[in-house]
Amino acid sequence: MSRSEATDGAAALSFANVSAVRGGRLIWSEASFEVPAGGIVAVIGANGAGKTTLLHMILGLLPAASGELRVFGRRPGEDNDGIGFVPQHYAASAGEAIRAVDMVMLGLTGRRWAFGRATPTQRRHVAETLAAVDAGEFANRRLASLSGGQRQRIAIAEALVSKPRMVILDEPLAALDLRSQREVVTLLARLHRELAVTILVVAHDMNPLLPLLDSAIYLLDGHPHYATMTDVVDDALLTHLYGTPIQVAHTPQGEMYMRSAL
Amino acid sequence: MTTHLMELNYQQNWLAILEAPFMRNALIGGTVVALAAGLVGYFIVVRRTAFAAHALSHIGLPGATGAVLLNLPPILGFGVFSVGGALVIGALGTRVADRDVSTGTILAFATGLGLFFNSLATKSSSTMTNVLFGNLLAISSDQLLTFAALLLALALSVGAIYRPMLYTSVNAPVAEAKGVPVRVLSIVFMVLLALAVTMAVQAVGSLLLFALMITPAATAILLTARPAVAMAISAAISVFSVWFGLAASAMFNVPPSFLIVTVACVVWLAVWLVGRRGRHTVTVPGGATDGVVAPAAPTATTLTPAG
Repeated sequence: MSRSEATDGAAALSFANVSAVRGGRLIWSEASFEVPAGGIVAVIGANGAGKTTLLHMILGLLPAASGELRVFGRRPGEDNDGIGFVPQHYAASAGEAIRAVDMVMLGLTGRRWAFGRATPTQRRHVAETLAAVDAGEFANRRLASLSGGQRQRIAIAEALVSKPRMVILDEPLAALDLRSQREVVTLLARLHRELAVTILVVAHDMNPLLPLLDSAIYLLDGHPHYATMTDVVDDALLTHLYGTPIQVAHTPQGEMYMRSAL
Repeated sequence: MTTHLMELNYQQNWLAILEAPFMRNALIGGTVVALAAGLVGYFIVVRRTAFAAHALSHIGLPGATGAVLLNLPPILGFGVFSVGGALVIGALGTRVADRDVSTGTILAFATGLGLFFNSLATKSSSTMTNVLFGNLLAISSDQLLTFAALLLALALSVGAIYRPMLYTSVNAPVAEAKGVPVRVLSIVFMVLLALAVTMAVQAVGSLLLFALMITPAATAILLTARPAVAMAISAAISVFSVWFGLAASAMFNVPPSFLIVTVACVVWLAVWLVGRRGRHTVTVPGGATDGVVAPAAPTATTLTPAG
């Protein structure tokens, strides 16, 4: 809890009997838990369990149907620069028309009205953020010309550029090859260590992330719960969660991974 | 109004024609229209709303032919219908797949309605032709003032919302997460688009509108990935097309709409061909026969090593 005290003492997320309704349909309910600041937290659940709904609520895009949610002690959406968001399909359509560095700059200035050039301070800050994710050398190229792994770095830079206290990543490893997955995981670990941000990551395949994760929000039978990773990585719980037999295997090197038990 | 241009082939006195008052109006009006097209063209391409732009230019048709029935200026009717259509399309939401079908349906119905109104009137057939193919040479001095005011409003609006608009255009999910009002901006953009379309229709007509509004922006994006520079280049190509098209129409006695559109398309084709060759010869790694190994497939994805 030392980290959470370092950030105003408020929990990163605090759910008090929250329920989510979308299009007149109850998605999940009775969420009551606190996520301390400073951790790397997985958001897991079967397809359609309401993971995206949960993210949207934290981002302030969907109000809680009942109960109360606080993000670092404030209403969701109140501090938009305080959360960085890496969506699942990053800049899928417009990548041909814009350079990577422009996109990261928009992460800093995209909310400001009125015309005007970026200040030297803003430009330096963007350059520093790009360097922090090792994206400096391809920052001036078109987004569409970058590989999946390079694009994911730009997405992370865009999320980090406003100096957020929390970064939310939606399936950051999907559609990446193994090497790029490894690079993104290493990058996340390093950023977490250096910047002390809270990281929330939605992932179907938790295995590449397991060494990093310290806890998880899991959506089970229509209710979100929160637990530390040691409690979550449990055959019975995961089997129930995904509705298919899952085994947790341990390697002689002390690593663990999840697999379908056939 | 074009009768004194009706001689054949090359016209020796084309410089004199360019100096005639109607031609001066056409040049000024065409420039204003081209600047407006350049201003919104970049966003049309990036937001993938080319079909909506096309639809708005047809939705205005019944407005124009209907206005003739009511003894109102056709361009006023066009503008009202076009902006109305923009509000509807903008409010329909962000799911492009849904929007294409509903937009297309509205488009077809509006065109049919335009035809019907036209058949009710006895002398509005020139309105119909003017809306479909444009008539830059018929711009009056009053219209110039209206166009200049519209361009000013358009430029101020785009200037005021430039960055949030750019952000929602290139990265809607993240912009929305940052609290940018994505939905409101989508409706605002559609209205600005409708105003630009209303102006551009006067120059090249709804059937050729694509080449003045969208082709120059697509050309600019091939040339640069800097949004503000792309908008400037796009406007420059539009202006160049209008000037060159008008001058050539004075020289050869050909409808200006056709020539404006031709210039814009030729510029696009040239840039596309050069860019395509450039990318192939530079980046194919170890390729013995460049351009043959990597055919028309998107070069960026095939040539960048994954990872």
